[in-house]
Amino acid sequence: MAKVLRWDVLVGALLIAVFAAGSLTSPGFATVDNLSFALGDLGEIALIALAMTMLVVAAEVDLSVASVLGLSSALVGSLWDGGMAIEAIIPIAVLTGAVCGLVNGLLVTRLGLPSLAVTIGTLALYRGLAYVVLGDRAVAQFPPDYTALAVNDVPGTPIPYPIAVFVLLAAAVGVVLHATGFGRALYAIGAQEQAAFFAGIRVKRIKLLLFVISGTVAAFAGVVFTLRYGSARADNGVGIELAVIAAVLLGGVDFDGGKGTLGGVIAGVLLIGLLRNLLMLGDVSTEIQSIVTGLLLIVSVLTPRLVSLVRPALKGSP
Amino acid sequence: MSGAPTLALANVSKSFGAVRALRDVSLELFAGEAHALAGENGAGKSTLVKTLAGVHRPDTGQVLLNGEPVVFTGPADAQQAGVAVIYQEPTLFPDLSVAENIFMGRQPRRTLGRIDRKEMHGQARRLFERLGVALDPEQPSRGLSIADQQLVEIAKALSREARVLVMDEPTAALSGNEVARLFSVVEALREHGCAILFISHRLDEIFSLCQRVTTLRDGAWIASEPVAGLTHDDLVRRMVGRELGTLYPKEAAELGEVALQVDRLTREGVFTDVSFQVRRGEIVALAGLVGAGRSEVARAVFGVDRWDAGSVSVAGRPLPAGSPTAAMGAGLALVPEDRRQQGLVMELSIERNIGLTGLGSLRRGVTISRTAERDRAKDWAVRLQLKFARLSDGVGVLSGGNQQKVVLAKWLATKPSVLIVDEPTRGIDVGTKAEVHRLLSELAGQGIAVLMISSDLPEVLGMADRVLVMHEGRLTAELSRADATEESVMNAATGRAA
Amino acid sequence: MTTATAPPEQTTPARSARGLVDLVFRARELSLVIALAALVGVTASVNGNFLSGQGIEDILLNTATLALLAVGQSMVVITRNLDLSVGSVVGLVAFVTGDQLASGWGILPAVLLGVAIGAACGLINGLLVSFCRVPALVVTLGTLYVIQGIDHYIAHGRQINAVNLPPGLLSLGNGSVLGVPYLPLITLVIMVAIGYYLRSYPSGREFYAIGSSPEAARLAGVPVRRRILLAYLVSGCLAGLAGVLWLARFGTVIADSAHGWELLVVSAVVVGGVAITGGVGSVYGAALGALLLTTIGSALVVLRVNPFWQQAITGALLLLAISVDRVLALRLARLLRNRSRHG
Ligand SMILES: Nc1ncnc2c1ncn2[C@@H]1O[C@H](COP(=O)(O)OP(=O)(O)OP(=O)(O)O)[C@@H](O)[C@H]1O
Ligand SMILES: [Mg+2]
Repeated sequence: MAKVLRWDVLVGALLIAVFAAGSLTSPGFATVDNLSFALGDLGEIALIALAMTMLVVAAEVDLSVASVLGLSSALVGSLWDGGMAIEAIIPIAVLTGAVCGLVNGLLVTRLGLPSLAVTIGTLALYRGLAYVVLGDRAVAQFPPDYTALAVNDVPGTPIPYPIAVFVLLAAAVGVVLHATGFGRALYAIGAQEQAAFFAGIRVKRIKLLLFVISGTVAAFAGVVFTLRYGSARADNGVGIELAVIAAVLLGGVDFDGGKGTLGGVIAGVLLIGLLRNLLMLGDVSTEIQSIVTGLLLIVSVLTPRLVSLVRPALKGSP
Repeated sequence: MSGAPTLALANVSKSFGAVRALRDVSLELFAGEAHALAGENGAGKSTLVKTLAGVHRPDTGQVLLNGEPVVFTGPADAQQAGVAVIYQEPTLFPDLSVAENIFMGRQPRRTLGRIDRKEMHGQARRLFERLGVALDPEQPSRGLSIADQQLVEIAKALSREARVLVMDEPTAALSGNEVARLFSVVEALREHGCAILFISHRLDEIFSLCQRVTTLRDGAWIASEPVAGLTHDDLVRRMVGRELGTLYPKEAAELGEVALQVDRLTREGVFTDVSFQVRRGEIVALAGLVGAGRSEVARAVFGVDRWDAGSVSVAGRPLPAGSPTAAMGAGLALVPEDRRQQGLVMELSIERNIGLTGLGSLRRGVTISRTAERDRAKDWAVRLQLKFARLSDGVGVLSGGNQQKVVLAKWLATKPSVLIVDEPTRGIDVGTKAEVHRLLSELAGQGIAVLMISSDLPEVLGMADRVLVMHEGRLTAELSRADATEESVMNAATGRAA
Repeated sequence: MTTATAPPEQTTPARSARGLVDLVFRARELSLVIALAALVGVTASVNGNFLSGQGIEDILLNTATLALLAVGQSMVVITRNLDLSVGSVVGLVAFVTGDQLASGWGILPAVLLGVAIGAACGLINGLLVSFCRVPALVVTLGTLYVIQGIDHYIAHGRQINAVNLPPGLLSLGNGSVLGVPYLPLITLVIMVAIGYYLRSYPSGREFYAIGSSPEAARLAGVPVRRRILLAYLVSGCLAGLAGVLWLARFGTVIADSAHGWELLVVSAVVVGGVAITGGVGSVYGAALGALLLTTIGSALVVLRVNPFWQQAITGALLLLAISVDRVLALRLARLLRNRSRHG
């Protein structure tokens, strides 16, 4: 039977609808400047969503990403304050993220704990470590060359550097997920882990790698976040794990694993970003924004469901 | 057999998309009869069962209860009407105890409607005694072998004291003893006026248990007739619509050097001190009762489970413990016992499933070649006569036997030098079974070493060059083809040394 | 050519296996109690005040709301679902009932209103999950955002102050009977009632059946949708009640007062041994988990741990708790395997 309505197609259509609505209702919306800004504002969420997609396809989840982002930010601030060169700080921060991911991954693969439980724990732990590193201080005055890199566009394009990085990474993840053996293995692990293991796929190793990637990307996003706002704080990015997950879910990735496409996720990320931007331009209060985001999530999953419920009824069979 | 049938289907059709699983099928089940349902894989037997059970609703046609049309809106309705069903695939709650699985929703009550656990465990224990099995009602059902799961399902259906008992291949995972016990219980039920619908691909069982048989072919009704007077061949002809060749065509092959060598393999509490070897070109059967540890040995050899002591070597090279990847690299393949959990990824398509064991070999540069993936799948689907609509369909919608073929395809495609098959023909119809046997024989002829675990005694005797028998975790006998008889194997399997 | 080996020794699989199974199941709650005792012991030996009447009362009061939410959440989790919206329901109810109480409503109507709001939220979640078969995580994440938004919208930056609330409510929050404060008592009664229902009634067991295998539950004739709906309804009602209790306890609330609690509640449930994959665990465990988390927080304060370290230590202890529990379970399972077969 042909799929009644593909989720990622639906989200794509919604994306176009929002874009059209935006261009019609808000004159400032469809300008290059504004879209470029909206994109830039999405940077961290978009980056983390890439790694999260791979994890969720393999039926795991990482809720600690926002905390890793915060820890990375706090580290950048603290080391910079201590007089270290930014060129040395960035790799250290990113490496720390990899270690955070490794810890998550080891707890999940060695002890067989559910990743939801583990990463709720490390969500508290890593955020706590961020406070240990930086306290409640805020560190600013980063070198202008670097802050500029986080906000400026790639010369000759309206694309901010972080988004350029995102595009490159997205292309890579897209290929990995949909055209390589690694990707095939991820879907198999997500859908039926035992059968994947019986087929000789190194399930644990792959999962471990996914968590390390997730931690690394989150820490990198922390660096971007810090430079973009020019401010390092321990509470940077609190709660964005839910925004990331919202984007991934919106993109049609199933939390039971084994389903979903990267295209859907990218559409989901853009949809959330554009909508936020549109509501912001329309001077809609944050509470309404929150309500719209929530409704969007529900509607996006409800529609295909309802369509498939109504379809057979229309065709006349009981 | 007079009066209205207890349960009947009248001109029922059911389609899944383009697949017409049932076409205008009628069936009558009378009180006090055991009625067999025969047909090849994908003939529509399980679909018919699910229609009786209220899982599927017929597209057209009716379900009749005591001659009156009824509409079952769900399994609960059918249960209410006194229909108990054993589905082809066990449907247990892994986290709950065996007794709770049996009595879910119908637990014995005490004051204030609370569950009477003592009574529940007692009743479960009595059910198991009737079936002659040693299962603990308070044990969680997670980790039960397929056979034990099937026994729990049987106990569950019996406990309903239903007027109609529908059994979709209840014996597929059971060995001789258990089948015999089941049959005596079913016989007693039948004498008490229960109507029984029985499905099995082992035709002997149909002849020994049932009075009437209905045959389906490609979803269509072929015949309903008394079993008496029918020959084995008659039945097969109705099922497949043509004559079949001999069933166990193992040809003597030239034995080569030792391909698989297992030395004193031990996994604590599971099996002990197991040693054997399989030569190239040889088919060695591992026989024994359910729970003797046969599958566990296979799993350990393939690296899915670890072993505690001993060694395994393939073509003289030792294998590391606990690595299926290494085992595959050495040329080992395992067609596992439980196709739903271990053999297949149900959500994925046929081609993806077959491709899963060859992710390395399907690579062109960094990416997977879709053409190569598809060719591999198509090649094997054709060779195994897989019945499918499109290779991109999910394996979940295939009939049980066809799913089993996909598992075989997936492993044969790795071109193994040692093939371990765990119940390779479970749930496979006679035609395909002969096909699988021919295939195994052919593979052995090509110099592959085959280790075959089977609970099907005729299959063991017909196929194996040598028979190893396990009892309670130990190898108790090694019989040559000449020495292996039904009696000698059963004696060793039950621990009565011959 | 029959090579018979020594006859294997007689085995007694059934009985010895069972004692161990019981132990495994009980161990989940047992290990929590031990962890709790160790934590209390160490903390009390450093600072005697920890075990003073006031100290214990504080912990119990702080636990009450979280445990109530954990009890509701565990019902949902047992059916292999999740309710992320509870934190926002608490915030919404605390604010709305506070508003009404400040404008002269009686306590009972306010409590009813709170529970009704919670029930409505639970009903929406439940209907979407059970009848529209939409993934629970998405639905409740969505309703979390929506309810949070509504809360902020109603509050509009205002704040409810204790002085405007009827004194009766505040004494509910801080008063006690026979030295036992009301709030934990309420939680205890509800927990025991739900726990008993889930364990001892056929319909209670169906929640476990659904979580253990939804497909098998359907085939067994379990009314899957109605049970899931009920789980969400209970979780919503308890979140509503928790909102009122929150107001009674703190008196002063702003919009979205329990922000971020959804994950805290889930941690309590998980630490309490309720499997996130459904079918396993008890409300007692979940409540114990809540108690443990609260006690850790209090202990860190009493021990004068640098506030910057507190969150990190909480996280580490949480991980420790679930890891130890897991290792224990694995060990026992192994033991069980060895005992249960072939002696
Ligand atoms: N839910 C479903 N969706 C789509 N097709 C289905 C579904 N269930 C069964 N089919 C198809 O209907 C046909 C009949 O399947 P069924 O399971 O009834 O066969 P069967 O006779 O039980 O075979 P076996 O002996 O292998 O168990 C098959 O072609 C199968 O692929
Ligand atoms: Mg079938």
